[in-house]
Amino acid sequence: MNWYAIRAIYNFEMARTRRTLMQSIFAPVISTSLYFVVFGAAIGGRIQQVDGVSYGAFIVPGLIMLSLLTNSISNASFGIYFPKFTGTIYELLSAPVSMIEVVIGYVGAAASKSLILGAIILATAGLFVPLEIAHPFIMLFFLILTAVSFSLFGFIIGVWADNFEKLQLIPLLIVTPLVFLGGSFYSASMLSPFWQTVTMFNPVLYLISGFRWSFYELADVSVGVSLAVIVLFLAACMAVVWWIFKTGYHIKN
Amino acid sequence: MQTIVSIRNLSKTYAGGFQALKNVSLDIRRGEIIALLGPNGAGKTTLISTICGIVNPSEGQVLVDGKDIIKDFRATRSLIGLVPQELTTEAFESVFATVSFSRGLFGKAPNPAYIEKILRDLSLWDKRDNRIRTLSGGMKRRLLIAKALSHEPSILFLDEPTAGVDVELRKDMWKVVSALRESGVTIILTTHYIEEAEAIADRIGVMTKGELILVEDKAALMHKLGKKQLILDLKHPLETLPAMLSEHDLLLSSDGLHLTYTYDTQGERTGITTLLDDLRREGIGFRDLKTTQSSLEEIFVKLVEESR
Repeated sequence: MNWYAIRAIYNFEMARTRRTLMQSIFAPVISTSLYFVVFGAAIGGRIQQVDGVSYGAFIVPGLIMLSLLTNSISNASFGIYFPKFTGTIYELLSAPVSMIEVVIGYVGAAASKSLILGAIILATAGLFVPLEIAHPFIMLFFLILTAVSFSLFGFIIGVWADNFEKLQLIPLLIVTPLVFLGGSFYSASMLSPFWQTVTMFNPVLYLISGFRWSFYELADVSVGVSLAVIVLFLAACMAVVWWIFKTGYHIKN
Repeated sequence: MQTIVSIRNLSKTYAGGFQALKNVSLDIRRGEIIALLGPNGAGKTTLISTICGIVNPSEGQVLVDGKDIIKDFRATRSLIGLVPQELTTEAFESVFATVSFSRGLFGKAPNPAYIEKILRDLSLWDKRDNRIRTLSGGMKRRLLIAKALSHEPSILFLDEPTAGVDVELRKDMWKVVSALRESGVTIILTTHYIEEAEAIADRIGVMTKGELILVEDKAALMHKLGKKQLILDLKHPLETLPAMLSEHDLLLSSDGLHLTYTYDTQGERTGITTLLDDLRREGIGFRDLKTTQSSLEEIFVKLVEESR
């Protein structure tokens, strides 16, 4: 294993974050704070508690997941897309690194950034609502598993994209709607039976449900199913990444 | 001399069906500078990219220091540094950081003292903290060389290192390349500039349409294919060439004051003595004489034209 290469890629990506602190960290924190102000204080004040949890506190896990998913995808996709765009990928391809090391470097950095962001948002949420975390280790486990899985997904998007529009296409048109409709701001039990059934086809619901369970022991589906879904998603992403490396799809030639 | 890169029957056909390399075989000797000449689309960059691992070969095999570039890619790529044709660099990284990144990527432990040496050698030390986007084109080119040398490679590929570079900088670059060779690095460069190959290469390979049509020692190539010319400045102008001189390969200038005699350096006899005797017999005197040899450029153009 070429550990120096992994460290070089990881440090390079983290340095990029430090250079763009406003965009990488502050902007998501500000937008999340705005969600708390609008949904938590302004609108939330008029909403009754959800299963015994104040609405402001109820949306905290959903908001963290929203940021975690979108930032994991954008960090990882941009990380691998940019060398393709500028042509500096030649260096990666001519270096004595296996693609596993490349993935560990890029995905590790993207997931790290998302986890730092998630922690900051959690702390920010603590300023607006009283927080309680029933199962902190499971919460952390969900956080890490989600950050890694969606960073891998972002890596795939970055490899697939051959222009900036494609880079934004899936995050904006698929992931964001799935997160908003996956119970970030409501419980599935608040929907009509028909929409409850439809919502069950949204994979993000399982992530948010499991994550919320680790906070308040409230869940739309059992925590075991949530874990199974995210592990399945992780396995699917790993399979696609393996195929990309085997074929050199959109990287070589 | 020992072979460090061995290319055997290498072919590359891209997905669209374009065959960029056709059955190329070449042995590159340790410590030499070999220049690959060829027009655009000849396959030079594809050949380099394949050896470096950027492009997958369709057929054939490449051994670097006796190891297969696919099976033993870690070992072979560790030995190779690549300076690409395009100025492809990060924009916002600092000079020192990007060279250090390259060293790490190639599996070497950090060594700030070595990075400092490279940057000093390439006159970039003063710019070590500058962002790359603030560098001039020439500095970026040197930076790419610094990145390629960061992991102490024994083979360096330079893909058109002086493309778009002014004459002064080009000569500076030649000095850098010569110094690298002195340190034992094997250098493979592609170029459009014949004078570049003529100035620094030990051997010349000529590529066209994906084929390596010739590989020869530079001196031997020029000797073998080069024509020499003897130019005589006459004392008095001639209107026509006397019949007695028609057996010589002579050309009379339009003003009648210069005679150009073309001869083959490979021939047993140059025919110069006979020509001078004949001139004396005809009473044609000359003030001065000089010889010229055909340049590599003329040889190259001739070779490429012949292959069409």
